[in-house]
Parts: sequence; C-alpha cells; structure tokens
Amino acid sequence: MSVHVTSVRVYITIFLCLMVLTATTVFVATVDLGAFNTLVAITIAVIKMLLVVIFFMHVRHASALTRVMIAAGFIWLLLLMAFTLADTGTRNIPPQPEGWGAATLAEPQK
Amino acid sequence: MARRGPDWRARMTDAGAAHQAEHPSYLAHHFSDIEQQNESGTLGMWLFLLTEIMFFGGLFATYAIYRLKYFEGFHLGSRHLNYKIGALNTAVLIGSSLTMALAVRAAQLSKRKAIIGFIVLTMILGIAFIGIKLNFEWAADYHEGLIPWMGFHVEGPYASAIRLFFCFYFFMTGLHALHMVIGLGIMCVLLRMASKGRFDTGYFAPVEVTGLYWHFVDIVWIFLFPLLYLVGGLY
Repeated sequence: MSVHVTSVRVYITIFLCLMVLTATTVFVATVDLGAFNTLVAITIAVIKMLLVVIFFMHVRHASALTRVMIAAGFIWLLLLMAFTLADTGTRNIPPQPEGWGAATLAEPQK
Repeated sequence: MARRGPDWRARMTDAGAAHQAEHPSYLAHHFSDIEQQNESGTLGMWLFLLTEIMFFGGLFATYAIYRLKYFEGFHLGSRHLNYKIGALNTAVLIGSSLTMALAVRAAQLSKRKAIIGFIVLTMILGIAFIGIKLNFEWAADYHEGLIPWMGFHVEGPYASAIRLFFCFYFFMTGLHALHMVIGLGIMCVLLRMASKGRFDTGYFAPVEVTGLYWHFVDIVWIFLFPLLYLVGGLY
C-alpha cells in the first residue's frame, strides 16, 4: 500500500510559511512601489498557491498524468489572462504626434 | 461477444460474489487495485477543479480589464475595505486548510477520532470565516452604503467606478462564500461517514477529495485578498 503520509511537522511548517507570506503581502502594501505593488502581491499569491498545491493538495505525490493535467490547466489560465490583457491593454494607444513619423503621416493629406 | 443465455444474470451474481471475496468492498470492480482507484478519483477531482479555475479565472480576467480601465476607482474602492479583517480571515481560512490536511492525514492513518476532530475544527474555522465576513464586513458595508442596488451612496468623481469595484467585490466574495457553504455541507456528510467508521488506511478517498476542494477554495481567497483589500495601498 503506497499511501504517502506527510508528517505533521511539514504541514505546520507550510502553514507558518503561508502566515509569514500573508504578513509580507500586507506589509508590502504599506510601501508605495507604484505599479510594482500589484506585481509583488500577485507574485506572493502565486508562491502561496504553489505551497498549498504542492504540499496540502499532495501534488508532490501525484501521478505524472495528474501533474500534466494540472499544468495544462494552469497554462490555459495563463493564456486566458495573457491574451485578454494583450488585447485590452493595447487598444487605445494614441498615435505619436511628433518625430520622424509625423512628417510622413501628414504628407498625404495635402 | 457471446450471446447471453437465460441464466446469465445468475452467473454474473456468482462472479460478483467471487470478486467480493477477493477484494475489499470499497474497491470498485472496474479498478484493478486501490491505487488505481485512488489515482482515478484524484484525477477526476482535479479535472473538476480545473473547470472551477477557468470559471474563477474568467472573473479574475474581467477584474483585470476593469481595473486597468478604471484604475483610480478601484484604488479608492479598495480603501473602503477593512484590510485587517481581510487579513484575519485569510489566517482563519489558511488555518482551516491546515486542519483539513490533518484530517486527511488522520484518515490515512486510520485514526477515527482524529478524523472527526479535525473535520469539526475545519468546519468551525470555515463558519468563523463566514461569520466574520457577514458580521464585520458585509453588515458594515451596508451601513456605509457600499452595496450596489442596496442604498449605495458614494460621492465624488469616481463614484461610478467605485460602484463597479463593489460589484466585483460582492460577486467574487459572495461566490467564494457560496463555495465555502457547499464545502461545509460536504463535510457534514464526511462527519456522518466518519462516525460510522467508514474511513481507514485502505479507503479515505472522500476525505482526500474534499480536502482538494477545500484547499482550492483557500487558493481562490489567497488571490482575492490582495486583489480586493490591498490594491488601494495602505500608505
């Protein structure tokens, strides 16, 4: 019977890591880093997620098939986010009014 | 395939009885051993969780679009929320994930009293989370006029964007709370099964699979907490 029993010590260590990371994310929010605040917050959330997935959800003992399927799911989520933001984030970029491009653009209108 | 004779049903039953004698009752006939059965169960649960990830993922993507579009409104809206209660609830929920993991461990080791104890603890923490949310957050939001369509009144140039932020806030946290209520319901069934002594080292799949679901709900909150409570900055 190959039941993988994780020790209580590992579970408590992971729990404490998650607590420290929660405190860290709250602390980082008190510092003004501009756009990097969101980046840091999401990075910490991803680390917390990985700890929960790998240790609490026993993915480290899961079969290769299960792991591949989980990875595929997350890649799909990444595609959803990446393509959505690549579209909506680049819709209203104003044309550059100055520089070498402006002269060539203005010419045909005369 | 051979044609079924008149006595095929009787022969099936005989085969079934012989099969039962060789294998434990919790092992379904179509699996060759308990490991294969457990692996299939875990795979199936993860498949369900992946549909849930895409479901919440769509919401997070929509949130990202509107946050980029109405940056200031989301910023100001977030500052209306009490991050201390949010952080406390994060700790409560991660604590409940720990007790759930320990419940699965107890089931793996056939410790029946510990299974029941840890599931009860998980339920208490889950109910505490929802209680804190209802009592200290949603009730306060109502009195401050932050609930869209329920006496929402926020003044200023970003009022409509703040309203949009609160639509996201209530929909996302509401959906998360609904998942928790479903989880608590499943745990009631687990308690009943555990009190009948159904779980041991051989068979603990229901506890394991419920654990996967509960940890998933925890992960959703791990993302909701910074994106809702901390995006406005605490400086």
